[in-house]
Amino acid sequence: MNKTMLEIKGVNKTFGGLHALSDVNLQIVEGETHAIIGPNGAGKSTLLNCCIGKLIPDNGSVTFNGRNMIGMPPHEINHAGMVRVFQTPEIFPDLSLMDNLMIPALASRDGTIKFNPFKSMGKEKNIRDEAMQSLADFGLEKFHDQHAGSISRGDKRRLELAMGLIQHPTLLLLDEPTAGMARHDTNATIDLLKSGKMGEMTKVIIEHDMHVVFSLADRISVLARGHIIATGTPEEIKDDPKVKEAYLGEEQEDE
Amino acid sequence: MKNLFKSNAVIMLVFSAVVLTAPIWLDPIGANYPDLLQKFAIFGLFAIGYNILFGLTGYLSFGHAAFLGVGSYTAVWCLKLFTMNVFLGVILATIISGIFALAIGFISLRRSGIYFSILTLAFAQMAYSLAYSVLTPITNGETGLQIAADDPRYLDSMLGITQQSEGIPSTHFFGFDIKSMDGYFGFYFAAVVLIIGFYISLKIFRSPFGLKLRAIKSNQTRMTYTGFNTKPYLLAAFVISGMYAGLAGSIMVAIDPLAGAERMQWTASGEVVLMTILGGVGTLIGPLVGAAVIKYLENIFSALNNSELTNIFSWLPEAIQTATVYIVEPFVGKGWHLTLGSAFMLVVIFLPGGIMEGFDRVKNLFGFGKKKSSSEGEAK
Ligand SMILES: Nc1ncnc2c1ncn2[C@@H]1O[C@H](COP(=O)(O)OP(=O)(O)OP(=O)(O)O)[C@@H](O)[C@H]1O
Ligand SMILES: [Mg+2]
Repeated sequence: MNKTMLEIKGVNKTFGGLHALSDVNLQIVEGETHAIIGPNGAGKSTLLNCCIGKLIPDNGSVTFNGRNMIGMPPHEINHAGMVRVFQTPEIFPDLSLMDNLMIPALASRDGTIKFNPFKSMGKEKNIRDEAMQSLADFGLEKFHDQHAGSISRGDKRRLELAMGLIQHPTLLLLDEPTAGMARHDTNATIDLLKSGKMGEMTKVIIEHDMHVVFSLADRISVLARGHIIATGTPEEIKDDPKVKEAYLGEEQEDE
Repeated sequence: MKNLFKSNAVIMLVFSAVVLTAPIWLDPIGANYPDLLQKFAIFGLFAIGYNILFGLTGYLSFGHAAFLGVGSYTAVWCLKLFTMNVFLGVILATIISGIFALAIGFISLRRSGIYFSILTLAFAQMAYSLAYSVLTPITNGETGLQIAADDPRYLDSMLGITQQSEGIPSTHFFGFDIKSMDGYFGFYFAAVVLIIGFYISLKIFRSPFGLKLRAIKSNQTRMTYTGFNTKPYLLAAFVISGMYAGLAGSIMVAIDPLAGAERMQWTASGEVVLMTILGGVGTLIGPLVGAAVIKYLENIFSALNNSELTNIFSWLPEAIQTATVYIVEPFVGKGWHLTLGSAFMLVVIFLPGGIMEGFDRVKNLFGFGKKKSSSEGEAK
């Protein structure tokens, strides 16, 4: 068995009276693609927020490669190797797509702080090439000089995915990477996440689209109302009565 | 990239040529006198530096006049204590205002948005009030700080430089009297500093550092999740812009060796905001254009009166002339603020990118517009 990369232990998070996460335990093993599924409002995004320093859990621990992540500022967590792709696109809307990719590439090279006010961006050939290559991988090169705010929602999602991947993270956290994409683009994204180096990368992926989940996941965890109710291989999860109940129960309530 | 380097050089050549020939091409609109030309250069420098903070990071400071004041006082003290050569004062003023900016920026940048603006405003007003009260021994209060014939000037006396004539000595730059050439030397002195300041700003705009600052403006939260510690970047931008302000303040002193607290008042801080917005926030030369327009209105429009207007419109038939003068008069002389206000409102409503956006639109209209990649930036 591979070693545990990310260990979440006994994490609780409340918002006022709302228990968004209750005693969540989760282990992400090196090399796996771990899907987290669950109804809307289950606490999936909140869990990721607790990992990358956007939220601080009320109690419990988050350990990444043996280092405690709780209380560490987000920019240091990024450099520890844990990178998040957001649910609603978090891009730089006023900058060109090229710049949007050069920024994370620069972050990986320059670290949290580096002053280089007299270096010319035009001389950053490596960064530029890397960004261009990444745009090409995602079929976005035709927009390279457009403002990121002006492209379609699906393209923004792909741009964000590219921004995450260009940092070569040890662990990539993806929050609904295919939401808002057309079927065709979803399939392309699945292929991209499966292929080559990307396929070997350890990933946590939150998804509602079961087609995506079953194409990618090695293991699946199910989150409902802040509780992890099951963790296992896709086959185990498919047949788990508790999971069926959670989904069915939720759907009945919604109606 | 070869290409970019070339365009840097081309931009600098064109810019220097335009600035240094200003006395010629500004002559037809009556702006060719040293006093006004100097103001263009000094406030242009101030605004270009301010734009590195406001234009690139989006952080709106209402306190930058305080740094200009600090620079002025430092420069006068250098003239009094050390030497009439303005070189030392200019250098020290830039450094000292940078130190002040470091302290004030460090505290103000604990907040963002409106709270940041309020903090900078509070600091600047505090500096202004202190200059009139507690700090009178340093600032000489309401009278303002001036140089005198019997100032010690230790460095000058050590080097054995003595005043040839009696009375208050004049400032010089390694022997060149700043007031020489009917004041045009003063303009060229300021213009060269402006060109250097512009070059530094150009370099910053086109550097990875500049790109990171623009990314902070666009989405600061995202920057932190991308692995950047944004505070030090913001502080650096704040200090750089503060140093530009101090430098501008010291050039004022080099040309006219006195410093008063009114330079630090919040209206002076507000003026540089107006200049930047009017010219074009985040563009390279917009702030300079904005500064020139405002100083032009302030000096030329405010000097116009009824009889001059009648003169200007004398080519119109008598009745129309009288009517025109009647309509235009409230906008000039003491009413020049009305012109400034209307111009500002028109620009903000119709050209949110400032006068530079207007230029770009005209350029595109005539089909000269070339698409440019935004990292190479901003409208020349
Ligand atoms: N910052 C916050 N303040 C208050 N309540 C919050 C906050 N963030 C999330 N919540 C609440 O916590 C619960 C879990 O939200 P979360 O976004 O984690 O759900 P999710 O599983 O990601 O859902 P979705 O599938 O819709 O993205 C929701 O009820 C939500 O309203
Ligand atoms: Mg979510």
